[in-house]
Amino acid sequence: MSPLLSVRDLHVKFPITRAGDMPWTKPRFLHAVNGVSFDLEPGKTLGVVGESGCGKSTLARGLIQMVPATGQVKWRGETDLLSLSPRQIKPYRSEIQMVFQDPLASLNPRMTLGQIIAEPLRTHRPEVSGKERRARVAQMMERVGLLPQMINRYPHEFSGGQCQRIGIARALIVEPKLLICDEPVSALDVSIQAQVIELLKELQRDLGLAMIFIAHDLSVVKNISDEVMVLYLGRVMEKAPKALLYDNPQHPYTQALLSAVPIPDPVAERAKQIVPMTGDMPSPMNPPSGCVFRGRCPRAQADCAEVVPQPDDDLHRVACIHPGPMRDSELAQHAAG
Amino acid sequence: MVMTSEQRVEATEIAGKGRSPWADARRRFFRNKAALMGLVILGFVVAFALFGNSLAQWSNEELDYNVMGQIVELGGPSIESGHYFGTDDLGRDLFARTVQGTQISLAVGLVGALIACIVGTLYGAVAGYFGGRTDSIMMRLVDIFMAVPYMFVLILLLVMYGRSITILFAGVGLISWMEMARIVRGQTLTIKGREFVEAARATGVSAPVIILRHIVPNLLGVIAVYATLLVPLMILTESFISFLGLGVQEPLTSLGALISEGAGTIAYGTTWQLGFPLLFFCLTLFGLFFIGDGLRDALDPKDR
Repeated sequence: MSPLLSVRDLHVKFPITRAGDMPWTKPRFLHAVNGVSFDLEPGKTLGVVGESGCGKSTLARGLIQMVPATGQVKWRGETDLLSLSPRQIKPYRSEIQMVFQDPLASLNPRMTLGQIIAEPLRTHRPEVSGKERRARVAQMMERVGLLPQMINRYPHEFSGGQCQRIGIARALIVEPKLLICDEPVSALDVSIQAQVIELLKELQRDLGLAMIFIAHDLSVVKNISDEVMVLYLGRVMEKAPKALLYDNPQHPYTQALLSAVPIPDPVAERAKQIVPMTGDMPSPMNPPSGCVFRGRCPRAQADCAEVVPQPDDDLHRVACIHPGPMRDSELAQHAAG
Repeated sequence: MVMTSEQRVEATEIAGKGRSPWADARRRFFRNKAALMGLVILGFVVAFALFGNSLAQWSNEELDYNVMGQIVELGGPSIESGHYFGTDDLGRDLFARTVQGTQISLAVGLVGALIACIVGTLYGAVAGYFGGRTDSIMMRLVDIFMAVPYMFVLILLLVMYGRSITILFAGVGLISWMEMARIVRGQTLTIKGREFVEAARATGVSAPVIILRHIVPNLLGVIAVYATLLVPLMILTESFISFLGLGVQEPLTSLGALISEGAGTIAYGTTWQLGFPLLFFCLTLFGLFFIGDGLRDALDPKDR
C-alpha cells in the first residue's frame, strides 16, 4: 500500500531579526525542524513526542504550509504539498484537518456551535444547502458525543472536554483523510483525556482516518499510536513501531524520557532504573555540533561532538552513534559522578 | 454513543438558545447605574432633537419683532411668550434654535463615528492581519496623516469650498478614522495570534472571510466603546470650528455656534443664550461618556 503522506527531509527555519538590525543585515535562522522524514499509511497513527520547544507543533504546521517549510511532503505519492501555491493547496486543506491544543481558544467566542462546526463545510462545499449543512452538523455532533440541541450555544458555555469534542467535530465534518492532533489532550483533565482519546480511536476506526498525534506525554502516545517518533531540537532521535520503541528503546534520550514516566505502583516505581538527564535543551539558534543531544547525554563521548548521527534502518531508526540499552555500569558511574 | 455524566447534566437543562457573549454584556450594562443614567440622558437629548420642534411655538427662522431691541428685558425665557429658552440676539426663538443645533451636532458626531468605525476598522484589521510590509506601509501612512495639523486642513477646506455641512462631515470623517485604525490594528494583532484564527487558516478559509467572520466580530467590543467616546470628540471638534465662526452656515446652526453666540452676548446679561445650548451640549457629552464607560465595563469583564 502506498503511503498517504510521505515526508522527506522537512526543514522549517524562521529568520530572527533583532532590534536594531539594518534591513540588509543577513538574518540569523532558528532551525525549528531539521530534516524530518516519515511515511504515514492510511488509517495508521504516528505519535510525535518530545519536550516543549522541540518542534512538534512546528512540524505539524510545516506539513500544511502554515509556516514556510522546505523539503518534500508527498500526498498519496503524487502531489508535493510544499510546491503548491496557497490557492492550489486549498482542496487539500479539507483532506488534512487539525485539532488544537487549547480547546476553548481554538473556538471563536462570538460564533455558535453550529457555525463553528459548519465552517469547514461552508468553506469547502459551498454547494451544500443551509438545511443539509445543519443536518450534517447535528449528525456530527451526535457522532462526537454532543447533544444536537446545543447547536445554538456558545463555546464559553462548555467544559474543556466538550470544547475539544467540538474541535474534533469541526475537523471531521469535511471527511478528511488525515487528522493532525496537536496536543489535543494536554489541556484536559486526566479522566477527560481518556474519553477524548477513546473518541479519537473510535472515530479513527470507523472513518479510516490517518492521524499524526502530537503529545509530550509518552503514556498517552503509547495508547493511540502505531508508530512513535521522538523529536529533540527539531531532529528525529528515534522512530520505531510502538512496541519496539517502548520495549527496547535504543536512544539515550528515549530511555531518559521513558524512565521519567511514573509507574502507578510504588514498589515498581522505586525499583525503576532512572536514566539521568541534566540541564535544559540548548537554544535551537545555536545547536551543538555533532549530535545535538550530547550535552545532556549520560553516554556522550568525544566522537559525539564530531559525527552527526545518520539513522539508516528504516524500521527502527536511531540517531545515535552509541545506541543500545543503558548498561548498569554506566548508570552506576553516573550516580557516583 | 455513551453519554458522560457532564453531558447528562447538560441534557436536563433546557437546551435551547445559547447565551451569547452579547447577551451577557447587555446584562452587565443594564446593571451599571451610571451607564443607565447616561442612556437616559442621551435618550432625552435625542428625543429633544427629534421631537422638540413640535413643542416649539416659534420656528427657528422667525424673528419676534416684539422683543427685538429689548432682548435683555423681554427676550428671557418665559412660558407666555412661547420662548421657553428665551430668544437670541436677533429675536429668534432659542428653543427652536437649540433643537436644530442639537440635531446638527448629533448628526456630525454620528457621521464622524460611523466613518471612523467602517473605514478605521477595515483599514486597521487589514493592516494588522496581513502584517509585515503591508502593515508597515499602511500604518506609516496613518502616522503621516496624523502628523498633519488637521484643524488647519479642515479650516482650509472650509475656506476653499465654502462653509457647508457636507464639507464639515467630510472633514470630520477624514480625521476620525485614523485613531480608530490604530486601535483596531493593535487589537487585531492579538486576535490573529489566537488559535481559532489559526484553525480557520488551517481549514483554508480565505483572508477576507477570516477578517470579517473571525476578527471583526471579536473587535466589536473595542469598536463600540471607542465609537461612543468618539462621538463627543467629533461634537467637540465641530463646536470648536463653529466657535471659530467657520462651521455650519446660517440659518443652520449647531450647539457650538449657539454657544459662541451666547458667549459673545453674555456681557449684556442674556445668560440664557449661553446657558441653554451649553446645558444640552454638556448633557450630550456626559450621556455619551457614561455610556462609553459602561460599555467598556460590560464588554470587557476581565478589565475591572
